[in-house]
Amino acid sequence: MSSDEVNPVTVDRMAGAEPEPGSGKSDPILVADRVRRSFGGLTAVDVRHLEVQRGTITALIGPNGAGKSTLFNLLTGFDRVDAGRWTFEGQPINGRKGHQVAKAGMVRTFQLTKALTRMSVLDNMLLGATGQLGERMAGAFLRPMWQRQERENTERALRLLERFKLIDKRDEIAGALSGGQRKLLEMARALMTDPSMIMLDEPMAGVNPALVQSLLGHITSLRDEGKTVLFVEHDMDVIMGISDWIVVLAQGRVIAEGRPSDIRSNQQVIDAYLGAQEVDADEARGSGDD
Amino acid sequence: MDILSILADSTRSAIGPVAAIYAVAAIGLNLHFGYTGLLNFGQVGFMLVGAYGVGISVAVFDLPLSVGVLMGLACAVVLALLLGIPTLRLREDYLAITTIAAAEVLRLLYRAEFADPLTSSVYGLQNLAGDFRALNPFDASRFYTLGPLSYNGNHLWVLVVTWSLVLLLAGLTWLLMHSPWGRVIKGIREDEEAVRSLGKNVFAYKMQVLVLGGLIGALAGAILAVYQASIAPDQFKPQVTFFLWVILLLGGAGRVFGPVLGSMAFWFLMTFTDGVLKGFGAMGWLPFLSGPDYGALQLAFAGLMLVVLIVFRPQGLIGDRKEMLVNVK
Repeated sequence: MSSDEVNPVTVDRMAGAEPEPGSGKSDPILVADRVRRSFGGLTAVDVRHLEVQRGTITALIGPNGAGKSTLFNLLTGFDRVDAGRWTFEGQPINGRKGHQVAKAGMVRTFQLTKALTRMSVLDNMLLGATGQLGERMAGAFLRPMWQRQERENTERALRLLERFKLIDKRDEIAGALSGGQRKLLEMARALMTDPSMIMLDEPMAGVNPALVQSLLGHITSLRDEGKTVLFVEHDMDVIMGISDWIVVLAQGRVIAEGRPSDIRSNQQVIDAYLGAQEVDADEARGSGDD
Repeated sequence: MDILSILADSTRSAIGPVAAIYAVAAIGLNLHFGYTGLLNFGQVGFMLVGAYGVGISVAVFDLPLSVGVLMGLACAVVLALLLGIPTLRLREDYLAITTIAAAEVLRLLYRAEFADPLTSSVYGLQNLAGDFRALNPFDASRFYTLGPLSYNGNHLWVLVVTWSLVLLLAGLTWLLMHSPWGRVIKGIREDEEAVRSLGKNVFAYKMQVLVLGGLIGALAGAILAVYQASIAPDQFKPQVTFFLWVILLLGGAGRVFGPVLGSMAFWFLMTFTDGVLKGFGAMGWLPFLSGPDYGALQLAFAGLMLVVLIVFRPQGLIGDRKEMLVNVK
């Protein structure tokens, strides 16, 4: 399986990290401490300590209701936290709003794709560009002030669309794209903000298998460009295949962390998440591939 | 029944100052709803503060008209902030509930007994057009003929000012919406979470739009006061807002000229139905109705128009049906 090819590389990327919950990393981009969020009596998230290594693909997995999406929302400022603090690139960003977190360089996508359906694909992309002078209300009237910037942004958007194979669709409204293409568009649009860390909430959900491969390729190339990727996903094959590091959540807590090989053999994870049946299926697929 | 004279009246109404004033107010509403997706059901409240800004300044304090207009605009900013700060962070329906109530509360406040020294309560304010008529470059006592239409100098002056304002504001809308700012605004209409995730301060943008659209509404109120030379609180009933919604949807929401065409079509149809009803009445075809009932029937017609429109042409006169149906499952 592909995980065998990836593993030798991951040893380098994750050097010095112990496969245990809350382990320290050599160069963390995101460090979270005692993050808690409860809804009424239910504690959805209670993470003691979590570090995400810079320049890696880290997967966040867990059974339904484990708090993955909630943790995602908290870290990106889309939900209010009860307690806890976290830093991004050394800056404390807890308590910041969603748009402020995005400006700091941590941009997210959504589980249910949010293509801006009645706008053109290119307009979707241009919306991602940061620091646009024409986005101020008064600036709107001073066309010469932002025209050059607009041209540069358009060029960059077209390059990204080329890379994500959406270039032919640039003038169509985003609502005309298929589900998979919308996922690609959302990822490309997130890249327009030029983030240092990109958070993908179930990027493969509802995407046909052919497109999954291309999405995986894009995610890997993001890492290879030096960006950090944190993503939530269900498909175990996908996770084992491309992740450098896996964090397992259950009932809001981190119950395990490690390289794909560590997680595969972790009894706690198998009990909490994979369940006997799924492991069997996974092994069956694995031997089939070999 | 003289169908030609009814048609002539309807045309006159479609290009008259009232149509222009409603077009201005609807341009504000178009910014709110058509482009940003803000559900403002109290646009008449902005018109009211604009009109009374002029009315109170001119009639009570004897200030120049320009000061009155500025007062009205300042009131609109305050009103927009009061409405927006608590509701714009919440789901869109909260703004709808708040605006519809606030507009009605304002009308009741302005017509209340205790406000009498400022607003003359239910009697309203008069003699507001002095400064405006002093600026009139046309000869007030002369009749000017434009093709089949003929207007006296004062009326022509009102027409020129109101329709110029409509064109100016349509141009403003076009400029705004063809800029990166407009792109953010349209993005918010589609999905504000997505826009937030790209690092835009959605709340600030929505606030800007609420204020801007409110200012335009206040401007409509101010010219209404000048055009009529008098104002009364009861002309700012909620139905004005619903007329504006019919106008916006009739013309096409999210289109620069949607509110303008909508207003012309709306006032054409209103005058036309009025004329036809009166004609029928005169011929004795409506024995079960007396004069005042025609008004009610005409309003029912406006409602029917909205229903028919939404069923058969949801995109309005100049909207894009394909775009309209994107999100329909």
